[in-house]
Amino acid sequence: MTGDLKIVLEFSAGAELLFDNIKKREITLPSTEKWTIRNLLKWMKENILRERPELFIQGDTVRPGILVLINDTDWELLGELDYELQQKDNILFISTLHGG
Amino acid sequence: MAAETKIDDEIEKLRQEIQELRRNCAAKEKRLSELEAQQQKQNEQANAQQQQTSASSDQMLNNDDIARYSRQLILPNFGVKGQLKLKQTAFLIVGMGGLGCPSSQYLLAAGCGRLGLVDYDEVERSNFHRQTLHTEMSIGMAKVESAKQALQQINPHCQIECHRLLLNSENALEILRQYDVVLDCTDNVATRYLLNDACVMLNKPLISGSALQMDGQLTVYNYGENCPCYRCLYPVPPPPDTVTNCGDGGVLGAITGVIGSLQALEAIKVALGGLGGEVLAGRLLIFDGGRCQFRNIRLRSKRADCDVCSPKPMITQLIDYEQFCGMHASDKDMALNILPLENRLTVEEYKNEVLQRKHILMDVRQPAEFEICRLPNSENVPLKTILNDSYLQRFEEELKDEERGIILLCRRGNDSQLAAQHILQRFPQRAVFDIKGGLHAWHFKIDNSFPIY
Ligand SMILES: [Zn+2]
Repeated sequence: MTGDLKIVLEFSAGAELLFDNIKKREITLPSTEKWTIRNLLKWMKENILRERPELFIQGDTVRPGILVLINDTDWELLGELDYELQQKDNILFISTLHGG
Repeated sequence: MAAETKIDDEIEKLRQEIQELRRNCAAKEKRLSELEAQQQKQNEQANAQQQQTSASSDQMLNNDDIARYSRQLILPNFGVKGQLKLKQTAFLIVGMGGLGCPSSQYLLAAGCGRLGLVDYDEVERSNFHRQTLHTEMSIGMAKVESAKQALQQINPHCQIECHRLLLNSENALEILRQYDVVLDCTDNVATRYLLNDACVMLNKPLISGSALQMDGQLTVYNYGENCPCYRCLYPVPPPPDTVTNCGDGGVLGAITGVIGSLQALEAIKVALGGLGGEVLAGRLLIFDGGRCQFRNIRLRSKRADCDVCSPKPMITQLIDYEQFCGMHASDKDMALNILPLENRLTVEEYKNEVLQRKHILMDVRQPAEFEICRLPNSENVPLKTILNDSYLQRFEEELKDEERGIILLCRRGNDSQLAAQHILQRFPQRAVFDIKGGLHAWHFKIDNSFPIY
């Protein structure tokens, strides 16, 4: 059994407003289970999401208009919800902007 | 008194004279450019006859061009070839706001051949901090006309076409067809989907920029084989209550300036085949102005089942985008109507009937807005603190007094309804009202010295 999983969560373009307005945080996930984006989202909802959950999560995934980037790569290229988190991963959530 | 009247009169007279001079000046400029065009045509014809060639003005550089564009002509990857290519390319800018102003300015200054401007809106004072082509004198003018005037001063050799309209499914294809590269400088979700679909159907590259508060985003759609389209990234539009526009969320002018300038850069690169670098297609640039940080994100490829850009698309003609998004194709706010009429006060009713009685006036705007202007007897209780019930503790004492009315106020009368609705759910028996039209109505109906923003 390896140690706990340390990853970095980042929020940009307004997504941080749902999470205490903190743009970057390091989190440690217990090594008791295999961590994927799917259960990371659940963990975030239970532990750090401060505003109305539907502004971030719909069903078991993020709501339309939020992009998830794993180490600066679109999560779609890496398996989306099923991507297995690695030590020191950087997960960035950005809300899409529409203003001009 | 007499002295004041005299000054007033003179100010008014000067204003009228300046306006008249401007009209004259515009007429003379128009005549001048007509004559210049005529002259150039004659010269070209003479040249053509002399040289027996068919070279036209967009196939060679004249001395003015060489002097004007010299600093970019000497760029190794640009050169005469690049300049001529730019001269032969037509760009369409949709939205003459915070992004459209800088992008049109750089494209035109660089010597694009033809520039189309699309916007239905008129210039107002709240535009100036970021829409840098418009000036005090153009308040009330069509944005496209105001921008055209300013742009012609920068470079009189480009053709500028104004499309004063709201782009929709009826007119989009016809307009876009006349251009080679499209810049999305709009301010709303519906028009973004419309532009995406139209560009996919016509196979035009789309340079998409957006900005809000201190953040910006930029990417190029529909350029190259694998490049995803807007729908590949966002197959489903965002819920309307998660979308904030610049009018409500605010934006710093330097942020739209950065993104708009980068849109011009990418548009030039697209027109010139990359300019020896790499176009921002299949990548998303995110700009966090607060930390002055740029990040480049690798995006997915085309979605095999994309509704519009896949080999078997579901959408083969433009649809109703306002309906699809459940949002309007402008950043103008729509009046919400969720509160029963008996819970709504007009500003007059509030002033004449409620003001003297026992009540709490809760202004639910953001603290930064409250700081700009407020009614003297109001308390700032941001909407968020009502929806998450933290106001209960803050007003514990006041809320015990059931005789005391609770009045909700905001900028335009939308958020105040949300707040009133939330409070009514907890205290259905109490006198809870919102003020219709908010502080805007206060300005127009009660006190026009109260600022609006
Ligand atoms: Zn697509």
